Amino acid sequence: MSNQPVLSLENVEVHFENQRGFLGFGEEDETVRAVDGVTIDIEERDVVSLIGESGCGKTTLGKTCIGLQRPTGGSVKYRGEDMWDVRDGKSDSGLDWDEIRQSLQIIHQDPGASLNPNRRLVSILSEPLRQVSPDLSKGEKRERIYQLLEHVGMNPAADFAERYPHQLSGGEQQRVALCRALLMNPDVILADEAISALDVSLRVEMMDLMLDLQEEFDTSYVFISHDLSNARYFTEHGDGKIGVMYLGELVETGPAEQLINDPKHPYTKVLRWATPDLSLQEAGDMPMRKIDIPDPINPPSGCRFHTRCPEAREVCKRETPDTYQINGQQAACFRRDESHEYWDSPELMD
Amino acid sequence: MAAEGTQQQSALDVDDPVIRMRNADVTFDGGESYVLDDVSVDIDRNEIVGIVGESGSGKSMLASAMLDAIPDPGVLTGKIEYLAEDGREIDVLELSKEELRQMRWEDVSMVFQGAMSSFNPTMSIKGHFVETLKAHDYEVEPGIERAHELLEDLYLEPERVLNSYPHELSGGMQQRALIALSLVLEPEVLVMDEPTAALDLLMQRSILMLLRDLQDKYDLTMVFITHDLPLVAALADRLSVMYAFKLVEIGPTEEIVGHAAHPYTRALLNSTPNLDAPLEDMRPIEGQSPAPINLPSGCAYHPRCPLADDQCRSAVPDFEQTTQDHAAACYHWEDSIDQIPLNYEEMLDDDGGSQTDGDYV
Repeated sequence: MSNQPVLSLENVEVHFENQRGFLGFGEEDETVRAVDGVTIDIEERDVVSLIGESGCGKTTLGKTCIGLQRPTGGSVKYRGEDMWDVRDGKSDSGLDWDEIRQSLQIIHQDPGASLNPNRRLVSILSEPLRQVSPDLSKGEKRERIYQLLEHVGMNPAADFAERYPHQLSGGEQQRVALCRALLMNPDVILADEAISALDVSLRVEMMDLMLDLQEEFDTSYVFISHDLSNARYFTEHGDGKIGVMYLGELVETGPAEQLINDPKHPYTKVLRWATPDLSLQEAGDMPMRKIDIPDPINPPSGCRFHTRCPEAREVCKRETPDTYQINGQQAACFRRDESHEYWDSPELMD
Repeated sequence: MAAEGTQQQSALDVDDPVIRMRNADVTFDGGESYVLDDVSVDIDRNEIVGIVGESGSGKSMLASAMLDAIPDPGVLTGKIEYLAEDGREIDVLELSKEELRQMRWEDVSMVFQGAMSSFNPTMSIKGHFVETLKAHDYEVEPGIERAHELLEDLYLEPERVLNSYPHELSGGMQQRALIALSLVLEPEVLVMDEPTAALDLLMQRSILMLLRDLQDKYDLTMVFITHDLPLVAALADRLSVMYAFKLVEIGPTEEIVGHAAHPYTRALLNSTPNLDAPLEDMRPIEGQSPAPINLPSGCAYHPRCPLADDQCRSAVPDFEQTTQDHAAACYHWEDSIDQIPLNYEEMLDDDGGSQTDGDYV
């Protein structure tokens, strides 16, 4: 059991039918291909960071990982069992849907909106305890809540526990959201842009805290971010991997430093270019032909990045690249295959 | 006022200021709490200045003060001058409501974070341009032609965007359309408050690149306010850093990044995740930034500063010049440079990266 990934996604597809309203009679239904053919494993105590621009499907994929979004194709396995079979009662594994859902938690980008404004922290944090350990006495619950609050640096805990969410700073609210998720003893926490709303100077602190608690609570993270430098910090410290998404597909995966220092996909290079650094070296021209991401309703044919890729050639328009393995990195680009017809194909002109 | 003004002069003055702010204060609660505390700064014509600070450091107040746009019941005092290229000298705080309205779009324009809330959702983008032109008695047709050109400069398809409603555009497109709108009356100065904050990094970086092009093409002066120092460092000619409602350091970008003198600036630089610094050297700034009430005595940063001594606790430091055009409000700036290492120092050139001229494209 221990060698098995906690979560294992195979060829997952999430397509949304975007039905035209009644005024749009006669027009075709549109399908948004939010996630297409993604295969990825999440191990015990793992960190998987998903990065990409707005609309690339990283949040949808994250939600699919933790069972909040049902895939329209492929399978999502929790400890080897297809979680949606469990949900439908088609599995004889003895796993329970509620248990699966309980062990997969989420913290959102906007902590203010995810905490009930009318309840004090002690009551917000009692809720998960009531679910997980219904036998605890009131005093014992309080004890655990105080301990955890102190652990995340909210001292004095007894004082904080009596506060309402609006009496906390954004960083403190996010720590409470993290506490709430952890009290469920989860196997995996989806952190969806969980630090993006915080000041730059507070992000390292929050990431340190999340990693510190990972040790303690034995949990894995799926960390969603559009910021490569945050993903680098979190993933490298958590000894995990980064997955780069583009229009619903994983275009490159690999260990953080390796992927950043030696990107194998042109899109990863674009993200690296977009990440500000302090070296004051000139970043150079934008390594991309168009600024705006294409509409996911009609994703480009062939390699989906071909409309913006600086290296695109005719063949990229026609054919979808396979995923190539290069020293622990996986990249879906013809340039990784030295003998591919790509090299003889004429360059794309706009 | 005069005494302090002259003392700061050498480091803070610029050759050809377009905005000159002296001793600007913004108070709430009848003078009880300061949200902008004695800020003096010059904005040079045709430069890009980045104003950097954490949430609640007063950076948005500084931006609003430049246009006398402090929300009620805040009270703005001090002197703010706008020196137009045609020789007009305008004392912003003396303007009538109507004069102020004119200045705000025609001379100094402002773009806020979150374009969605700046646009009227029931009006097409073209409607916004037409309305703005009419409200300021500009001719509509040449105005729309300018709009076309501006939208193209921002890599947008003019016809398509003009005929769209705000919700039909992506966040990045909206923000770019808003920048085009803010420039349609041909202002001299563009003040931007977190103009890219709600967007993903790739779009942020793309917009920054376009802003640099716009600045070149239209000879604009830009003030860019953000909490993200590395982001604006790629764009700005000069940076100024705010802490606890005061300006604490100002200088050319490569000076600030290579030789930051204020301990807060150095801590801020070290706390920022980036791709180059060794991971183990990135660390958060200890402690919390102060609220507008009960500000620490003396230098407001002293409770968090490793170099603080009795002097820092009792008296507010004046600006001290560290190089010709670089100044920091710190008694111990020399020790600060010696004793607080920057975690990305190895990445810089020997002379602190002054090889670039702030131009990165």
